[in-house]
Amino acid sequence: MSKTSKELLNELVAKHYEDAAQAKKDGKLVAWATSICPQELLEAMDITVVYPENHAAAIAARKHSQEFLDQSEGCGYSIDICSYARVNMGYKDIQYSEAANIPMPDMVFCCNNICTTVAKWYENLATELNIPFILIDTPFNHIYDAPAHNIEYMRNQIEHAIHQIEEICGRPYDYERLTEVMKISNETAYWWRRACFTAQAMPSPLSGFDMFNYMALVVCIRGKKEGRDLFKLWCEELEAKAAEGKGPWKEGEEEKYRVIWDGIACWANLSPTYKILKKYGINVVTSLYPDAWTILYETNDIEGMAKAYTYYHANRNVDYVAATKSQRVKDFNVDGVIFHSNRSCKLMDFTIYEQQRRITAETGVPTVVFDGDMTDPRIFSEAQYETRIQALVEMMEENKKKKAQEGK
Amino acid sequence: MSIITKKITKLENIALNPAKAVAESCKETGKEAVGCFPIYTPEEIVYAGGFLPVGMWGGKKEFKESEAYLQGFCCSIIKTNVELGIRGAYNHLKAVIIPALCDTLKCIVENWKIAVPQVPSVAIVYPQNRWAAGSQEYLIAEYKRVRSELEKITGVLITETAIEQAYELYEEYRAVMREFTEVAAKYPQTIDAKKRHLIIKAGYYMDKAVYKEDVKCIIEELKKMPEEKAKGVKVVATGLIGEPIEVLDIFVENGITVVADDLAQESRQFRTVGRPEGTIWEKMAGRILDQRGCTFLAEQKKSRGDMLINMVKNTGAEAVVVMMMKFCDPEEFDYPVYKAQLEKEGIPILYLEVDQQMESFEQLRTRIQSFAEML
Ligand code: SF4
Ligand code: SF4
Repeated sequence: MSKTSKELLNELVAKHYEDAAQAKKDGKLVAWATSICPQELLEAMDITVVYPENHAAAIAARKHSQEFLDQSEGCGYSIDICSYARVNMGYKDIQYSEAANIPMPDMVFCCNNICTTVAKWYENLATELNIPFILIDTPFNHIYDAPAHNIEYMRNQIEHAIHQIEEICGRPYDYERLTEVMKISNETAYWWRRACFTAQAMPSPLSGFDMFNYMALVVCIRGKKEGRDLFKLWCEELEAKAAEGKGPWKEGEEEKYRVIWDGIACWANLSPTYKILKKYGINVVTSLYPDAWTILYETNDIEGMAKAYTYYHANRNVDYVAATKSQRVKDFNVDGVIFHSNRSCKLMDFTIYEQQRRITAETGVPTVVFDGDMTDPRIFSEAQYETRIQALVEMMEENKKKKAQEGK
Repeated sequence: MSIITKKITKLENIALNPAKAVAESCKETGKEAVGCFPIYTPEEIVYAGGFLPVGMWGGKKEFKESEAYLQGFCCSIIKTNVELGIRGAYNHLKAVIIPALCDTLKCIVENWKIAVPQVPSVAIVYPQNRWAAGSQEYLIAEYKRVRSELEKITGVLITETAIEQAYELYEEYRAVMREFTEVAAKYPQTIDAKKRHLIIKAGYYMDKAVYKEDVKCIIEELKKMPEEKAKGVKVVATGLIGEPIEVLDIFVENGITVVADDLAQESRQFRTVGRPEGTIWEKMAGRILDQRGCTFLAEQKKSRGDMLINMVKNTGAEAVVVMMMKFCDPEEFDYPVYKAQLEKEGIPILYLEVDQQMESFEQLRTRIQSFAEML
């Protein structure tokens, strides 16, 4: 019998870490890269790419993050900065975790479309490890559409990065291979998005926390054929499930409420965050993550590529973000929105309140905010979380009643 | 009162009463003010438009209105700006310029449009990849965009000639400030840590044409005096700002002299010398592209640690004081790296976590005292 996507997922995640370790042993170049960067540029030159954010998440999900947080905090890292960075800076020193391991880098590759923080973090790595720092700077889009000079600047940096990579590798750039990787990356992105969008069905065949699992893989395997094939398989499974009218969970477990989860999962507190939602029949049907790795552009269109990367939602203005989320509420028949006020991530946090107001004004659905963190287990409070979720349930129920009455 | 005391007192009063000072500067010059958020903004463009660029470095205010936009873990300086903005304290400003230099500031760019709609805002996004050739062209385009937006808001045409003149004035001001920090280090009694800070800060609320003359005068008067000996420890200060002011009082009480600084509000504004060649736009861009050791502008390898070590060596300082603004991510990221470098050199560090809303200084007082005694 052929494997399910879930089986393949676990295999591929394991393989990702094993291959990276092996590559290092074989003397291949290793890059540490940010989660939504133009990895195409590295993959095309056969550089092994690993993702510290992903790695930190894996460590946290297996409840091993504290050791690394302690190490970096001991070196002077404030507990107020991003915990992905703190875990990784700790790992840089300790270089071993029971949870998962990544080889030490020969270069760092950073795209600051996700935040300014990563540029600081990678600058630290480049300095302390004395390795090249490749940066793709994507200016914040406070205007709805990126102006021409932004695109030009990013194009210029992509060219510059290519030269840096040639120098590091000591051989001319392989443009043919780049074309190929671009093609695969776009196909992966297509299947990833299509799979995530099966959650539009009522009930959704997809459980949002499953999406988080697959997300861990789309980060690191976007440019690889195995990745593309996996996401295609996953999508087909979900579409088949939807056609049969199957929901996200076991038979008899009803999807009562459909919500958007905004922000990163609490990897260090995954189980309570999931179980409490499930207890109330709440399924996370979407977020802006389906779009995060939906990096689509025409193969070999460098400007298009630049645009696709700079348009990551956290790099866009509130008009865009709030409107997109409101649209999701409508397209996915969402009953409420849960905002994770993530102690690590100021960029995602400091517009939450405004987004709440706009989404409710635009769609009428209720929203709640809870305090948490993705890898620092000390921030999340189960009691607060449950209280907030209960409040959301009450508001969603009220809305449902109102709708039912109006329908009569 | 001697001339120097008069000048110092004047600037101190200005720095301690920004709102009043701005109103007076506007009245004196007949100009209207444009607010400039930390850290960098192209003030020359504002000045060229006939406006008074004024600094917006927070203050001490209770947070109420701003709670509808920002969580508790936002740096106090910027939360105060939003608080004051919503309360109408900036309604007299023609516009504000907000640079998206950190994640918090990016969000402020967005929140301001909604929270303080009565004060138009112009965002600027500085390049971080300053080693890529395209960064200069990009930054120039950003400057030009800022100019057009200011023109649209104010209805004033801002010519290149006017910008050239403003740039020249600013270069002169910056040269004066560089000289001031050097000369002041030789007069630690007349220019103690608190006076040094206030004199520099006053420049944010005055017309630079007037301000630079005042500082020049202080320099000239100082030079006439015999050099003074420091009473206690000489330090280099680093961080975002040398505030709250109470901390500087404690420095003075304990004879701590700031002989040089790497504070964003102080020397980082003027330490980089402009390029002699190029168009006015290239020169302005050059000042950002050539800036080193500032956490708000990325580097391929961080140079701040080496820079601080050199500053300590060149000034005969005995320690580095870190004024860490709570919740300032970029500053917090730099600290562990330069801390290790300074420790390797055997340079003592006094780490002070500060924010503008601090009420109690007893803990800091004890730490500062014992640090001063230890050295
Ligand atoms: S969690 Fe936020 S601050 Fe940390 S790396 Fe991700 S986007 Fe940046
Ligand atoms: S985090 Fe730092 S740089 Fe950013 S707004 Fe706050 S004080 Fe300024």
